[in-house]
Amino acid sequence: MAINWFKYSSPASFYSLAGKMIPFFTVIAIILLAAGLYVGFFVAPTDFQQGEAYRIIFIHVPAAWMSMFLYVVMAFWAGIGLAFNTRLSAMFASAIAPTGAMFTFIALWTGSLWGKPMWGTWWVWDARLTSELILLFLYIGFMSLQAAIDDPRRADKAGAIIALVGVVNIPIIYFSVQWWNTLHQGASVSVNQAPSMATTMLAGMLIMVFASWMYSIAVILKRTRIIILERESHTAWVAGLQKKGTVS
Amino acid sequence: MNWSNISEFFSMGGYGLYVWGSYGVTLICIVGEILLIKNRHRTLEKQYGLTHDINKKETTHETTS
Amino acid sequence: MLIWIIKRDLLLAVRRQSDVLTTLFFFIIVVSLFPLSVGPEMNLLRTMAPGIVWVAALLASMLSLGRMFSNDYIDGTLEQMLLSPQSLSLLVLGKALAHWLVTGIPLVLMAPVLGIQYDLPGDALAILTISLLLGTPVLSLIGAIGAALTLGLRGGGVLVSLLVLPLYIPILIFGAGAVEASMAGVGFDAHLSLIGAFLLVSLVFAPWAAASSLKVSLE
Repeated sequence: MAINWFKYSSPASFYSLAGKMIPFFTVIAIILLAAGLYVGFFVAPTDFQQGEAYRIIFIHVPAAWMSMFLYVVMAFWAGIGLAFNTRLSAMFASAIAPTGAMFTFIALWTGSLWGKPMWGTWWVWDARLTSELILLFLYIGFMSLQAAIDDPRRADKAGAIIALVGVVNIPIIYFSVQWWNTLHQGASVSVNQAPSMATTMLAGMLIMVFASWMYSIAVILKRTRIIILERESHTAWVAGLQKKGTVS
Repeated sequence: MNWSNISEFFSMGGYGLYVWGSYGVTLICIVGEILLIKNRHRTLEKQYGLTHDINKKETTHETTS
Repeated sequence: MLIWIIKRDLLLAVRRQSDVLTTLFFFIIVVSLFPLSVGPEMNLLRTMAPGIVWVAALLASMLSLGRMFSNDYIDGTLEQMLLSPQSLSLLVLGKALAHWLVTGIPLVLMAPVLGIQYDLPGDALAILTISLLLGTPVLSLIGAIGAALTLGLRGGGVLVSLLVLPLYIPILIFGAGAVEASMAGVGFDAHLSLIGAFLLVSLVFAPWAAASSLKVSLE
């Protein structure tokens, strides 16, 4: 029995599949979030160096990882959409962008709020914070390009190209910022989380990472469904949905 | 259990501003995003109702004439 | 084919002198604004000079990106070019190089003069010119992708900068870094070789990406 890869690539069948999956992921996200916060605040001990301020790590690191991971996933789906000309993958890519941009903003915000007690200033041109800021520019560039083009097909393809060009540039930007940062030695001591992390801290952070995964999946599927409806409003199956009144 | 009472929990060892500042903004962002999606969905349904009716009117018009 | 495209675009550029001069004067004005804002104190200006000149070069070359394809797009020659049997990426490479010749070279020639304005030492001026010489073609090549993507869009000019600036950052870092390194007496050849690497990579990939963007924009 050959696997029919393209069964769920048609917006109609994906629409119902996503509909079933969203509640599942939402529930898991909420459970993991509660568990992560509980472990983070009530189980993890006070850090000997940073006192209580380190607890920001429970949202800063997941947000930073998610922002980078979502950009790569977005570029992947944009590439697939460009290569296989499947509309749904392009819709998926444009559904990912806002969530990725939000996580980048959260990572920047929590990073600077964490930096204030640790490094003494709100913004430090630390290599990671700077590359995170550039990542935000890449997200904004992608979203504004897609917003500026009316015809959805062209918007998908143009967005795909800029996403792919962007994803190729991410390592280059990261290393050049890293290099630039070490050259201008005035930079601060960067916070090294890994070695000094007690197991409960690490556990709390990992639970929060998975919670952010589940949350992103739920939100992105939800937004994909909306984009499907927006773009397929002229099709029969959507009209059918309308009759049954199940445009949930 | 790290904190004996509520006020100590909120002071967060003196770093309350930073910790709750970042958690608060994260909460606002997440809730904001969900609201944005819900809002987008509602406008879609409203707009939907319209376009769908127009289609219906048009079709009925054609059949009668 | 490549030579033909470059010759044609240069001819067009020569006929419209103003484009070349506007970019150059924009570059000069931007570079001269900084002492007025930061103050005439020479040491401060000297340390900031590489960054200022490079950012001004970046903005100046981006200013004229919009016109790279738009004139041909408006009067339809771009469509003819797309239909021609010639490979599109070669054509885009020609256009990008023509854009570089029209905007990049004047910046490179003008940079030392402005460097003197900032009292840069002799060898730093040389490194500044070389880094600009290597860097500006990369700006035109990557800019070609942005210009192709935003062809015919309203507000395209601003959009190009939004798309392309993040991609310029590595070149800006190493370009300004090279001059700073030479002023600090530290080795600058690493920076220049990296810009050279960016140049080679973008020479290969940028035309191909810009060609596919053109196909997308003109479908």
